[in-house]
Amino acid sequence: MIRVALPYHLRNLAKVGSEVELELDGPVTQRRILDALESHYPVLKGTVRDHVTQLRRPFVRFFACQEDLSNDAPDDLLPEEVAEGREPFVVVGAMAGG
Amino acid sequence: MSEVRVLVGTKKGAFVLTSDGKRSKWKVDGPFFAGWEVYHVKGSPVDPNRIYAAPSTGWFGQVIQRSDDGGKTWEAKGNEFTYQGETGDHLWYDDTPRPWEFKRVWHLEPSLTDPDTVYAGVEDAALFQTTDGASSWEEMTGLRSHDTGSKWTPGAGGLCLHTLLIDPSNHDRIFGAISAAGAFRSDDAGQTWQVKNKGLVSPYELPDPEADVGHCVHRLAMHPSHPQTLYMQKHWDVMRSDDAGESWHEISGDLPTDFGFVIDVNFNEPETIYVVPITSDSEHFPPEGKLRVYRSKTGGNDWEPLTKGLPQSDCYVNVLRDSMATDQLDPGGIYFGTSGGQVYASADGGDSWEAIVRDLPLVMSVEVQTLA
Repeated sequence: MIRVALPYHLRNLAKVGSEVELELDGPVTQRRILDALESHYPVLKGTVRDHVTQLRRPFVRFFACQEDLSNDAPDDLLPEEVAEGREPFVVVGAMAGG
Repeated sequence: MSEVRVLVGTKKGAFVLTSDGKRSKWKVDGPFFAGWEVYHVKGSPVDPNRIYAAPSTGWFGQVIQRSDDGGKTWEAKGNEFTYQGETGDHLWYDDTPRPWEFKRVWHLEPSLTDPDTVYAGVEDAALFQTTDGASSWEEMTGLRSHDTGSKWTPGAGGLCLHTLLIDPSNHDRIFGAISAAGAFRSDDAGQTWQVKNKGLVSPYELPDPEADVGHCVHRLAMHPSHPQTLYMQKHWDVMRSDDAGESWHEISGDLPTDFGFVIDVNFNEPETIYVVPITSDSEHFPPEGKLRVYRSKTGGNDWEPLTKGLPQSDCYVNVLRDSMATDQLDPGGIYFGTSGGQVYASADGGDSWEAIVRDLPLVMSVEVQTLA
């Protein structure tokens, strides 16, 4: 089970708590987590990554295990702690603006 | 007994204000979509309980929300606004080419006949349509791919299709306005568009003041019973057309300044129009710190200041382009919202005003529904 922590606005949009759990078979990557997230919560399509290019939106960051993984390739394997559900994959709204 | 529902989009959420037909006591509900910038909220004329809202943020992009119960509850709908085909370039502020890129929805214009059909005016300027109640959106490419599109330049707020008006007597006729390109008209329900800028003069903004496109039109207004007559608040100049946009003439007359953003028409008096003069393009606040609505009962040129109930000292708010609306009661109600978070209403055609709510976030849009 993969844990994904969502920022306030996306929690409200998806009508979920601070974390959601996703079943994921096979390699655990950013792309596969986001595919599963959007599949379970279609309302989040386009809010984390672009509908067409599938690129991360500029003011969205990805953290895990105290590391900023935002600029890692979407098909890179994520840390074991995330893959085993011991640490969440954290989607963050970048600190900018007001 | 009639009821009035005022739909307010703000920088940090949407609000629904309701009152009976006396329009003296108001109930404030919201914020809905708290923290999101709500550029516009508008109800279907066919089914007033069907309301569409356009919240967006710089972080998470565009969302479209829909209510089927008059704004009590909301459901997020489709948010994919993808330009069709070759996107091409428009001009950037420095006159270099810039590819079209979707930023946000500025304006939602529900169909006059079908609650599931809505037009959306977006930034970068393009027209989208849904026919399934906002589940999906499709670009109507005729506007963005207009011959002049490569010459459009963003105004200070971006390159936005901010105004859409549907002719009640001919639903195939739609008027649109783009900052900064100008006024456009479609006679085939949005498939193709013609520039309608003849008579506009912009000496401070354009090297050729009478260029075919490039005019910073801030807002268009139309009375539903007189769709041949259009009113325009341009960057500078208040304008009027009596031939459905074929030609425009200036009606600024004796206004203290003809810069501003909003313009609207009294529902009971098609020649009675309202503007809120703003000092200048450099000073987006009312002249002398006095918030004055100006009313013309002659369709322009002769204007009177309306001040009763409005702050007449130390007032430095702005009134943005989609932030004035009129109800359909008699006497007619006029409403506008400010950058200071006040929504002012007049239940007597503008003779007197009161703030029906005063401490909202910056108001980006005001729409009114008159309910039976």
